[in-house]
Amino acid sequence: MEKVAIVGVGMTKIEANKVSERFEDMVFEATRKALDDCGMDIKDVGNVITASNDFWDGRTISCMAVGDAQGVREKNASCTEGDGTFGAFYGMTRILSGAYPSTLVTGHSKGSESVSSLITNAVFDPIYERSLGVDMVTGCAMQARAYMEATGATAEDFARVSVKNHKNAMNNPLAQLPMDISVQDVLDSEMIADPLHKLDCSPVSDGACALILADEATAKKLAKKPVWLKGVSFCSDAYFLGDRDLAKSPSLEKAAQKAYAMAGISDPGKDIDVAQVYDAFSYQELMWLEGLGLADYGKAKDHLAAGDFDVSGALPVNTAGGLLSGHPVIAAGLYLMAEAVRQLRGEADNQVEGARTAVVQGVNGVAGQSHCVWVLSSE
Amino acid sequence: MIDQDLNNVEPLVYESKIGVPYYWWAGDTATRFLEAIRDKGELWGTRCPECGKVFVPPRKSCPRCFGQQTSWEKVGPGGTVVTYTVARKKREAIPEDVPVVFALIRLDGADTAMLHKIGGVDPDKVSTGMRVKPRFAEERKGHIRDIECFIPD
Repeated sequence: MEKVAIVGVGMTKIEANKVSERFEDMVFEATRKALDDCGMDIKDVGNVITASNDFWDGRTISCMAVGDAQGVREKNASCTEGDGTFGAFYGMTRILSGAYPSTLVTGHSKGSESVSSLITNAVFDPIYERSLGVDMVTGCAMQARAYMEATGATAEDFARVSVKNHKNAMNNPLAQLPMDISVQDVLDSEMIADPLHKLDCSPVSDGACALILADEATAKKLAKKPVWLKGVSFCSDAYFLGDRDLAKSPSLEKAAQKAYAMAGISDPGKDIDVAQVYDAFSYQELMWLEGLGLADYGKAKDHLAAGDFDVSGALPVNTAGGLLSGHPVIAAGLYLMAEAVRQLRGEADNQVEGARTAVVQGVNGVAGQSHCVWVLSSE
Repeated sequence: MIDQDLNNVEPLVYESKIGVPYYWWAGDTATRFLEAIRDKGELWGTRCPECGKVFVPPRKSCPRCFGQQTSWEKVGPGGTVVTYTVARKKREAIPEDVPVVFALIRLDGADTAMLHKIGGVDPDKVSTGMRVKPRFAEERKGHIRDIECFIPD
């Protein structure tokens, strides 16, 4: 495969309610930062991808409304609706088509402007399910219970994820919820949907992130050391929750195996230095790490308790605080990719010593229906 | 004159709502399922001719092997709780007062679980593996809520 790199990253601060910036203003800020990051001019960007969701934006074909803020005038612009990791995949394929030397990929959402429960309720089938009132939180709570019963994981195990990630966020000036909390604080927080407490759930957030991808010739001319896209795959599972064994994530396992094979990784536990995974809920970090082959099934909780996933541990996970510390949906996966880039450049706030290979995972759909796995490398 | 410094702005908010009517036709397959509930108080699933699995709720295509599902199998009415959650906090999507128990229920004879609610029991007494049966609404309208909820069997 032709080499493609991430050459520039830009992020807004993640906040509960950005009243001074509309969604296009956030995208403008992230895009300007990404261009400045790599010393590129907007006129040299080959094409533009938006990751956004019309329900969250409250506007149809909303990608057309952010183009001005991405500098799309007279450029080819397109969009993906799901998580930004999938948008980045689209951006990469456009470079690999040979038609464009570079792609600007942005993702944004303003959770503050509507009602997450109603928007995620509308993910469910209108004939069979929706009027029952289930949403993303209650749907994932059923998965959390299924995973607990299959693995013996406890509420304390889940709470440890929240404690670690909020602590990591304390060194991240862009995080929404930097917090020094205890396992007991998580367990004492309001019970939202058994077994998920408030502090097991990511917050409602506003934010935008931009990545600039480029082919090898372009990447080598830019300001920062390129971070190469070594492997990627995405894979989907059945739509209806009841069709799946919610305690497991076979589509993630498949995506990870394909991404590792492409990257030439035979022993992910040994070859990967840092992981950024989609912790929309505390339990998901454990499930996804196992699906990624970074822990045996049901054993991620033991590694977590032993400190292996701390910044100073054997496999640091969600070093910038993860999505528990700020979760602008759609943009979220791009934030995780941006943190991986910063780790591999050696410029992260919680720098992992000598990090050379990172894995990033994004999710689409309820309870991990679809997963996108990236392997990034500084070499 | 206008103040050039945007740091002094107290942003305004425009409160609105998107209210667009939709008419989601249930299609022939879901209609047959909902009619059987409405008219006979019976639950039916579809069987995939390729893998032999019985799917509830029924649909035309098999999510596992892409076969076209053509034959109907009567299932339930009893079933088993596969997983569940007790919604303790009132969330906007939930039409009634909390606590509400959402569950995935595998009806006897089905290979998949259907999403519904559990009632008629203290939420703290619900468990996975629990046996349940449907409680039908008195007035049934051809809607998934013609099953009010599942109750302990």
